[in-house]
Amino acid sequence: MENIIEVKNISYQYPSSTSKALDNLSFSVTKGEWVAIIGHNGSGKSTLAKLLNYLLVADAGEILIDGQLVNEANMWTVRNKVGMVFQNPENQFVGATVADDVAFGLENRGIERERMLALVPAALKEVQMDVFADREPTHLSGGQKQRVALAGIIAVAPKIIILDEATAMLDPKGRKEVIAAIRKLKDRLGKELTVISITHDIDEAADADRILVINDGQLVEEGTPATIFSSGQRLLALGLDVPYAEQLKLALKNLDVDVPEEYLDEERLVQWLWQLNLKM
Amino acid sequence: MMSNMIIGRYVPGNSIIHRLDPRAKLILSVSFIILIFLANNWLGYLILGLFTLLAVASTKISLAIYLKGLKPVLWLIVFTIVLQLFFSPSGHVYWAFGPFTVTNTGIINAVYVFLRFLFIILMSTVLTLTTQPLALADALEYLMKPLLKIKFPVYELSLMLAIALRFVPTLMDETVKVMNAQRARGVDFANGSIVKRSKAIVPILIPLFVGAIQRAIDLGDAMEARGYQGGENRTKFRVLAWQRRDSLAVLVFMCVLVILVGTRFLM
Repeated sequence: MENIIEVKNISYQYPSSTSKALDNLSFSVTKGEWVAIIGHNGSGKSTLAKLLNYLLVADAGEILIDGQLVNEANMWTVRNKVGMVFQNPENQFVGATVADDVAFGLENRGIERERMLALVPAALKEVQMDVFADREPTHLSGGQKQRVALAGIIAVAPKIIILDEATAMLDPKGRKEVIAAIRKLKDRLGKELTVISITHDIDEAADADRILVINDGQLVEEGTPATIFSSGQRLLALGLDVPYAEQLKLALKNLDVDVPEEYLDEERLVQWLWQLNLKM
Repeated sequence: MMSNMIIGRYVPGNSIIHRLDPRAKLILSVSFIILIFLANNWLGYLILGLFTLLAVASTKISLAIYLKGLKPVLWLIVFTIVLQLFFSPSGHVYWAFGPFTVTNTGIINAVYVFLRFLFIILMSTVLTLTTQPLALADALEYLMKPLLKIKFPVYELSLMLAIALRFVPTLMDETVKVMNAQRARGVDFANGSIVKRSKAIVPILIPLFVGAIQRAIDLGDAMEARGYQGGENRTKFRVLAWQRRDSLAVLVFMCVLVILVGTRFLM
């Protein structure tokens, strides 16, 4: 398997802080993977996102993106390969209208206008925002703005998309729309697209191929959602939530119901409850 | 408070003026202001008046909106007219009291000044009501392009302008939110002495500035992440297209100019 992202012994400390935001962190991501990075507030996960495309410069260690070292000489080629959706939908909207915003990344790359005229509507269609092309950002909901931000990234076709808490400021509906749009894109591009989703939202992480748990700048656990969530108590101790199905299991356990130890997603939990009901 | 602001407001529409190229509108309305000072007799003002009315009428925007636009500058107009009316040194004196004199040239000058104000304000309102701020920014960028020769950062300036325009509604919303939040905590913006009211502004300004700076930092990160490296080598998604109607508008303007110059020399 080809590693598209390799992070080796990265450390970073903010100038104004006394402790390290990231401390000797290493991990790698294989091409086409969907990786969720979870951790409580201030665990260093957003810092990690900014290090990956050279918005911040690591104090120690090195990062390789698609075989290229992330440094000052390579930063623009790296940023070409990495698209980022940030947390605040309002603050990352550059264009005066939806179409302008989607075109911003293309303009920066010097793409000629004829191609932009084809690429922009196609990207907007992908996130189902094509009817809003001439709207101004003030007339859009948070979820719509995030989908526009995503369209701006789709237009430049990066190999990696990093979602830096992209759904944290959205209502449940907006969150669903954004996740669905990314899912659809990932399904279409398959191995060609790697997704790193940095998130608070445990249900979002449950859909990933692999989860990395970061605590105080260090990688404390990694594995599939099933292995990570089967140790629900440990996550709660780290200040993280567990998925709804796991919460239900814990509540049942407190009522002295004999629940299975391994992680069940909602569908399998429903199956198990049905069977339990039949046995009684 | 915000809804009363007519200056800089855009009224969507599809009139001939709406569809003109913003560059044409910008150049013509600036030239019009210079043109006004060419007129020095009744016939000249009549022609200018007709031209202005024609422009206003062809925007198909209700006259009430234009009158609303006149309101904020009403005091300035009244002040200037009064000055002209009472402090004219020459001409036939109708009425005099101490330093105040009303003369026939004073009255004529007052009327001229009033008409000039009226035409300038109406014409600039035509420009702002029918042109999206962003289109104006595009036009400015185009017209500033020659300044590139003296290394003036035209692209950077126009991006700044476009971003500033894009954040105006956002910051307005935020101002209202902060004001409401401070009101909910008991700050009174409407009553008290001028000192007290100025002090009440501080709890609005500080959060607004902090918020704006945070926004700028976030936006800078987002722009860099999307590959922004500065103005050079960028292509433009939004382009302006000069059409026949734009040339026609310039032609009409030229005719008015010629007639106006004619009246100046004939009379």
